[in-house]
Amino acid sequence: MPDGSVGQPVTRREDKRFLTGKGRYVDDLHRTGELAAVFVRSPHAHANVTSINIDAAMASPGVIAVFTGADMEPDGIGSLPCGWVVTDRHGEPHKNPAHFPLVRGKVNYVGDHVAVVLAETPEQARDGADLVEVDYEELPANVEPAKAMTAPLLHEDAPDNLCYDWVLGDEAVVEEAFSKAHHITKLDLVNNRLIPNAMEPRAAVAEYDSGTDSYTLWSTSQNPHVLRLILSAFVTGIPESKLRVIAPDVGGGFGSKIYCYAEETVCLWATKKVGRPVRWTAERSESFLADAHGRDHVTHAELAMNEQGEFLGLKVDTTANMGAYLSNFASCIPTYLYATLLAGQYRTPVIVCNVKAVFTNTAPVDAYRGAGRPEATYLLERIVEVAARELNMDPAELRKRNFIQPDQFPYETPVALTYDIGDYEASLNAAMEMIDYAGFPARKAESEKNGKLRGIGFSAYIEACGIAPSSVVGSLGAGVGLWESAQVRFNATGTISVLTGSHAHGQGHETTFAQVVSDTLGVPMENIEIVHGDTGQIPMAMGTYGSRSLAVGGSAIMRACGKIIEKGKKIAAHLLEASVDDIEFKDGNFTVTGTDKSKSMAEIAFTAYVPHNYPADLEPGLDETAFYDPLNFTYPAGTHIAEVEVDPETGVTTIVDWVAVDDFGKIINPLIVEGQVHGGIAQGVGQALLEHGVYDPESGQLLTGSYMDYCMPRADDLPSFRVGMTETACTHNPLGVKGCGEAGAIASPPAIINAITDALGIMHMEMPATPEKVWRLAQDAKKSA
Amino acid sequence: MPSVSMTVNGRTVSKEVEGRTLLTQFLREKLNLTGTHVGCDTSQCGACVVHVNGQSVKACTMLAVQAEGAEVTTIEGLAKGDALHPMQEAFREHHGLQCGFCTPGMVMSAVDLLQKNANPSETEIREWLEGNICRCTGYHNIVNAIQHAAKAGAA
Repeated sequence: MPDGSVGQPVTRREDKRFLTGKGRYVDDLHRTGELAAVFVRSPHAHANVTSINIDAAMASPGVIAVFTGADMEPDGIGSLPCGWVVTDRHGEPHKNPAHFPLVRGKVNYVGDHVAVVLAETPEQARDGADLVEVDYEELPANVEPAKAMTAPLLHEDAPDNLCYDWVLGDEAVVEEAFSKAHHITKLDLVNNRLIPNAMEPRAAVAEYDSGTDSYTLWSTSQNPHVLRLILSAFVTGIPESKLRVIAPDVGGGFGSKIYCYAEETVCLWATKKVGRPVRWTAERSESFLADAHGRDHVTHAELAMNEQGEFLGLKVDTTANMGAYLSNFASCIPTYLYATLLAGQYRTPVIVCNVKAVFTNTAPVDAYRGAGRPEATYLLERIVEVAARELNMDPAELRKRNFIQPDQFPYETPVALTYDIGDYEASLNAAMEMIDYAGFPARKAESEKNGKLRGIGFSAYIEACGIAPSSVVGSLGAGVGLWESAQVRFNATGTISVLTGSHAHGQGHETTFAQVVSDTLGVPMENIEIVHGDTGQIPMAMGTYGSRSLAVGGSAIMRACGKIIEKGKKIAAHLLEASVDDIEFKDGNFTVTGTDKSKSMAEIAFTAYVPHNYPADLEPGLDETAFYDPLNFTYPAGTHIAEVEVDPETGVTTIVDWVAVDDFGKIINPLIVEGQVHGGIAQGVGQALLEHGVYDPESGQLLTGSYMDYCMPRADDLPSFRVGMTETACTHNPLGVKGCGEAGAIASPPAIINAITDALGIMHMEMPATPEKVWRLAQDAKKSA
Repeated sequence: MPSVSMTVNGRTVSKEVEGRTLLTQFLREKLNLTGTHVGCDTSQCGACVVHVNGQSVKACTMLAVQAEGAEVTTIEGLAKGDALHPMQEAFREHHGLQCGFCTPGMVMSAVDLLQKNANPSETEIREWLEGNICRCTGYHNIVNAIQHAAKAGAA
């Protein structure tokens, strides 16, 4: 019988192993005869490597091999690719300089990969790495995106350090709209660099089997099939059929584990070279230096309005920091995942966005939770807030006045997206009620009595996720399709293995997907196993990012279940001596319409594998594979409201209340969805109040290279959150669902900065709003009052 | 090489170790107790919290030889057979974990909190957890789980 569990807060099936120490992460695995790898990294931001002497390292106890870029070159090891070619405003492809796993002659950021030492133990490898002598000829470095185009050149084939100069929208049309404006709000802002910091550091174990000439790579990957594809097609030339990539339990990703990195590539190449398994686990310091970072935009924006405060047009000019090399998907983040979101929830008729992507002597920048959409939302919800203050309008009223209305869907924005459905005012109203917006002035007065400044800040966000229709992304330069696969495999005894391409690293797929299958096929959850993370078991897949697992991966599972039911009907019709058209499937039973003649799913599965009495023209077995290519993005949207209290004497900001009202369409498991919202908000609050990846502008050294320097949100930095939901079901996927993984991180930064600037009575401040910055602004405000 | 003896999860163990071996490495590499995790290299993240003589300790802050003769409990030693410890049960019931990586340290730390303060306020819980970093949950459900465990008398 079905559990009827869809929509219920089912507790997670994966939890027991994590709670008892039985999770199996890459660093928990050991292979017989393995060697430990330690990387020699560049201590300089920019330098020519003039010589590398490995003699002393090789003589060190336990060291088996030391390799440099020169050793990889003869084996044809290629550059780590960028999988999305952005076409610039002149019709030229972006600049994509070579990015070799071990450098060939030049280092371009602190932490760049110079050599690898393989030894019997990690300690011996570390001792050996200390003995590799590298001579550098230092070059002047630049870490700042705004200065990149006049800074010393990183790559000969990227003049002016420019990756691309790209534009979306028609400048002339937008200028025309601006010429009719009653008021123009202008804003300069920075979206601060973040370092993702999944709690499990990246790790890799590579093993070559000379008997079959094949490789296995255990990797902390969000998308093992994509990793295999990149390694096979672009980097190592190992056929996909000879390479198995396994991503077991993975301790968080947030985007940083999408990519094909230098370290796992080197381990994979080196295992055959030395004939032994090779393992590497990052120390946290290495994660800070060499994981892909996020954000790092500098932007000027202008919003034109008429006398009623209706938006007439938006102009945006952004410089986006790509870091030293193009990471796998770096190019599409500040373009197709950023500029396309600049309509937000509003009817702004014309928009133009110019993005210059530049190279600097910093770690590569790529997708981090939200990826482009937080940058768009921060800009938009900040400039709308500033506009409301300049026009002396209530910020909620200005938003409502410009919202796309429920009867306008599907709504085609001026920036290339078509929103399928939404009700933005419903979310805003619900959030205002939850936080008692009407009571805010009284609360503010109460705070004032206590010497505190109280502020309230809105963020009415939208995002595009569940990425993405392959034909759309293909036309925009993506090198891959963004469908997902699923296989629903019945066993003869009626249990099911569901193989999904959507990798789970905290999202709870083993529970959510099992709920979906249980309800769809009428099989108890305990009879359903969700299998993911192994290219040796699962059909070709695209993996987890862009809040796509349920909307795309779940839809693939639904489609495979549909095929199971169709085949089951044929078997049932034969057994029940009825026409297929007369068979109904409901609650796990195949019934002849209008009769009590029925067969259970378990009986059908058994018959499929023991086909003694079986349709002559039907294959045995009950095992169906499906691929699902989404028809559109999904568009989760909602309103978050932050209420803060600032102590002007200390600069400390306290979040006194937080309400989030989100529309994720149909909810499969509210417990898990709320958990995703909490975690997303925490990362956004981290960006807004605490976190900032800082390089020294002179030396190019990473100043925030540990948890002593990079301020992660801790339990005592955060409040409890109040989460509400509205629902407009997604119109184009079979579950009616929208993605929920990134929304919190997208919505929250402007809410909190809007609240703090409201408290301080100022127009803008840069993130993170540290006590020092807030204190200085509070003192300035006091002086000018 | 020095040798070290201690009781881990009720079992007496004795191994030769390098002097520089940390308690985390000893548990993970020598005893294959991989539930104790390593999330940083500056004793900040708390993924490696275990109990040493009943007190929560970041196992990366101790050399293995310093645990000579100690009673050590790791996350693997918390449940009684198939029955989860009430704190583990509370984390499960209230979705106090996502990727699971910080979870062992978080649970071991929370158990010690209730040993010391059977009925902590939300503020006291949040301040106690200052040494345990979670990147997934925003701590909301972790705090909630600990409050429920306290109500259930998990101490």
